[in-house]
Amino acid sequence: MTQETDVIIAGGGLNGPALALALAQAGLSVTVVDAAPPRARAAEDFDGRAYALASASQKLLAAIGLWPGLAGQAQPLNDVKAADGHAGEGPAPFFLHFDSGEMDHGPVGYMLEDRFLYRAFLEAMQDHPRIRLVSDNAVTAQEPGPGRIRVTLSDGQSLSAKLLVGADGRRSGVAARAGITRSGWDYGQVALVAAIAHEKPHHGIAHQFFMPTGPLAILPLPGNRSSIVWSETAANAAAIAALDDADFLAVLRPRFGDFLGAISLAGPRFSYPLNLTLANAYAAPRVALVGDAAHGVHPIAGQGLNLGLRDVAALAETVVEAMRRGEDIGALDVLERYQGWRRFDSTALALGMDSVNRLFSNDNPLLRLGRDLGMGLVQAVPGLRRGFARQAAGLAGPLPRLLQGRAL
Amino acid sequence: MEKATNTVDPAEVAKFEAMAAEWWDPNGKFRPLHMLNPCRLDYITGQIAAQFGRDLKAPRPFEGLRILDIGCGGGLLSEPMARLGAEVTGADAAERNIPVARLHAEQSGLGIDYRHTTAEAIAAAGESYDVVLNMEVIEHVADPQGFATTCHDLLKPGGLMICSTLNRNAKSYLMAIIGAEHVMRWLPRGTHDWTRFITPDELYVLIRTAGLDPVDRKGMVFNPVSWRWSLSDRDLSVNYVTASIRR
Repeated sequence: MTQETDVIIAGGGLNGPALALALAQAGLSVTVVDAAPPRARAAEDFDGRAYALASASQKLLAAIGLWPGLAGQAQPLNDVKAADGHAGEGPAPFFLHFDSGEMDHGPVGYMLEDRFLYRAFLEAMQDHPRIRLVSDNAVTAQEPGPGRIRVTLSDGQSLSAKLLVGADGRRSGVAARAGITRSGWDYGQVALVAAIAHEKPHHGIAHQFFMPTGPLAILPLPGNRSSIVWSETAANAAAIAALDDADFLAVLRPRFGDFLGAISLAGPRFSYPLNLTLANAYAAPRVALVGDAAHGVHPIAGQGLNLGLRDVAALAETVVEAMRRGEDIGALDVLERYQGWRRFDSTALALGMDSVNRLFSNDNPLLRLGRDLGMGLVQAVPGLRRGFARQAAGLAGPLPRLLQGRAL
Repeated sequence: MEKATNTVDPAEVAKFEAMAAEWWDPNGKFRPLHMLNPCRLDYITGQIAAQFGRDLKAPRPFEGLRILDIGCGGGLLSEPMARLGAEVTGADAAERNIPVARLHAEQSGLGIDYRHTTAEAIAAAGESYDVVLNMEVIEHVADPQGFATTCHDLLKPGGLMICSTLNRNAKSYLMAIIGAEHVMRWLPRGTHDWTRFITPDELYVLIRTAGLDPVDRKGMVFNPVSWRWSLSDRDLSVNYVTASIRR
């Protein structure tokens, strides 16, 4: 028997659940298909993963009702400080912009641990009567037709919906099956990520230091802990990753400095190769892509999440508006509105086109962190950049309502 | 087709019959109408919600309303109205549109009463509706006043007519005939006859003479930068839409 629902979302990470909640709250029925096994509702021990939420992302979490439960666990980012550790460097691939003009109103963002954010999404999904979560299952086939798209899962069950959303990551099967090709490249760099405990309080201040071998960002977590993002060449990173914890700390200490006192590891270490993968379309008949499935930047500090939540906000608003005027929410012309709204912005961000970015995206320097983190700035020739900026004037469109903290 | 005196001009009907098969391809021949549709739907849904006190955020907000879509074509307006819960009759004088519209509604899981007939024939049968949609039709009929009066007769007292058409001035000639048909080729040449375009004031006279009270009018303006249509309070110079209520 085929289960019918309005929307199927492939991917139970963070963007998928955020979209499910936004759509369900507006009246749509949603099935979320998560390849991972069912996860516990209780917060597990801190595993070192944390996100730097831009204020627009925090507003979206507020608009879908999650923020009250998260505020107590979030570390406000009060300030972002850059320090030039060593002279004579080329353009740093990871550059944390600090623009005092944008710092007038409260924190520039929040640091939030994955365990708290995921638990909040999971609980909200499980409590919502219009959301069905199918864990330990993947979409294996999809067949768009007039009116509906039929979807088959790995356990053989058959679903049908008006719209299938691929929130299934940078190797999106939904995109591949829809015939959407990808472009991308590798930066030959690796980011080392870990949580660090330190002696002295950080006062909610993020730091970045420029080192000869690559930049180091220190992002404050609640308590005397910080998340570090340390970019190195692939060869250096492999050598550092192979060190035991004591040697790792020994290599880190001179870079980290002693301004926070003695340091130790507060969780496991992660390595993320820095590469870029962009879907060449965000929409196909009855299919839309969000998050890494549309534009995989890299998972460092959750910057992909900020970009992904922008997709979530734009797609949710496009779909809900279409529904309220009686349109077919899976029709290509509806989904192309979402693509037109998002593609330029996210591509510009992903490629690090600074001028375009300043003009059109950012309510927050943290967002630009994502663009710059290890990406290697693609500095187009000035004339080309201006051309893009002009074109973007008509393409970028207004900020989605959810990112302004307003309900749909 | 049922026998009735009607205001349909056979030459105009033939032109649309030739275009019927491609109704539902958003990037096909009817792309201009697909592009205009969200803007038209925003106006229609907003006016219906206001007149009948419906909340567009509620599920199936038009439940219980009978809506007649005159010149329904492939069902670009009928389907959204049905999705919003209305009981919809779609009427088209072009016979070939009806099976296309029926097939598509069935594929979309929507029950819509599509008929190859005219507004006059339905009025003659004594049927009445809460809402009559008369969109981009009046500039194609042979007797606009007779047609407006028929629309009045099709409405229940307090019923709402939404009527859109094209203004008649130098700009509309430039935009709708030269621009849309000759330069952009959005529409086949000869789709529109500029001399049949109607100014907003002329339309208000037609509407009042028919026994309806005009309550609102807005321009529909194409923005070539955003490539979208939007409603305008002031610019009714080319495409515009009106709402009126049967006394």
